[in-house]
Amino acid sequence: MLKTRIIPCLDVKDGRVVKGVQFLELRDAGDPVEAAKAYDAAGADELCFLDITASHEDRGTLLDVVSRTAEACFMPLTVGGGVRTVEDIRTLLLAGADKVSINTAAVKDPDFVAQAARKFGSQCIVVAIDAKRTSAPGEPAAWQIFTHGGRSPTGIDAIDFARTVTARGAGELLVTSMDRDGMRSGYDLALTRAIADAVSVPVIASGGVGGLDDFVAGVRDGGASAVLAASIFHFGQHTVAEAKAHMAAAGLAMRLDA
Amino acid sequence: MTGETVAIIDYGSGNLHSAAKAFERAAREAGLASRIAVTSDPDRVASADRVVLPGVGAYADCRRGLDAVPGMVEAMTHAAKERVRPFLGICVGMQLLATRGLEHTPTPGLGWIPGDVAPIAPSDPELKVPHMGWNTLRRDRDQALLEGIPTGETGLHAYFVHSYALIPEDSSDVVAHSEYGGPVTALVARDNIAGTQFHPEKSQRLGLALIANFLRWRP
Repeated sequence: MLKTRIIPCLDVKDGRVVKGVQFLELRDAGDPVEAAKAYDAAGADELCFLDITASHEDRGTLLDVVSRTAEACFMPLTVGGGVRTVEDIRTLLLAGADKVSINTAAVKDPDFVAQAARKFGSQCIVVAIDAKRTSAPGEPAAWQIFTHGGRSPTGIDAIDFARTVTARGAGELLVTSMDRDGMRSGYDLALTRAIADAVSVPVIASGGVGGLDDFVAGVRDGGASAVLAASIFHFGQHTVAEAKAHMAAAGLAMRLDA
Repeated sequence: MTGETVAIIDYGSGNLHSAAKAFERAAREAGLASRIAVTSDPDRVASADRVVLPGVGAYADCRRGLDAVPGMVEAMTHAAKERVRPFLGICVGMQLLATRGLEHTPTPGLGWIPGDVAPIAPSDPELKVPHMGWNTLRRDRDQALLEGIPTGETGLHAYFVHSYALIPEDSSDVVAHSEYGGPVTALVARDNIAGTQFHPEKSQRLGLALIANFLRWRP
């Protein structure tokens, strides 16, 4: 049967991992390729690179990282950050990305998702949805899409947007709660569940993992097909294997043969 | 079997460099001196000892890409049908072995494994499409490509990412399937021609073992 995926996410800036990675035996904690190899060996089900490079000129560095990672790790790799054109997607796929995550460009123009899916197939088009809760306590829950790293509100309802981009051909949604990101208080399960129930494609829960039970809740209560996390793995709090064992013990179907 | 040439067909369908690396590693670990080449040259495909047809994207788009390389379909056909060389299709490359694909508009395939490529329709509405992630294989019959690979619920996992699947007319072409709200064809083989719906080049242990089996295969 299909297993729940665990996806470590690496923030990459100018070709280096920017959040510290302190686990296993990395020769160079800042080298994303070394980090990718370590996660590959640790049994991660996929890997995500989020490019937070400030300038467009440094894109070449990211492409080099992607291609060196793809050569070293025989596991699926999703790359996101700054993807604006069909040409950006093609360049990342040719460098070795298996999936490309689109964020701001999809909000600006949902038809971009349709173009991308037509050209490359839905299976490699992930839409990243960054959402903040906008309803007051006691009101029916509502979330709004934010772009530019959470700085720009759009007025777009997150659930409507999830339906829109899925209808345009997104093959997967990466749902990040801006309220929970970095808070270590767990995923926004109501958000994850609302989107997972609204669409027929897989949803990746992201933002806020503080402990292993959060992964279990993301799947069981949030309805996610995959769980993404950064700090909990990078800082050595838990290994991927521990996370998998914990989720399996909670009754979730996990891949334990890696 | 030293120094066999393995042609991975490049027809503009995604990154083949990492696929080539996976084949190189599998060959190295299996002690084979296979020479792996990513190529868009029909002559090299026609004369290769083994041929791999990858494929990522939409069916019609991939078919167009293949047809856009002059002489490639003829070269593949020569290698697979006249020289009877081992041939492996991967993902959409496997789907192209079918008679036709039904993604968007019906598109003719190669017709080497008779059947249609139709949308996955899991019986459980809770199951998401695309079928994306790691699934186990259920063996329908023994075949060289699965030799030594643990299958079944406690077996190794393969990485899938697809919304359409091959439904062969002759069920004996199916070597293995996965369960996803019903059977999903995972590995097909007929004579010297085989195909995987999953991505062996992304499937870690199972993938490297299957690739090594392909490199040793004597159909």
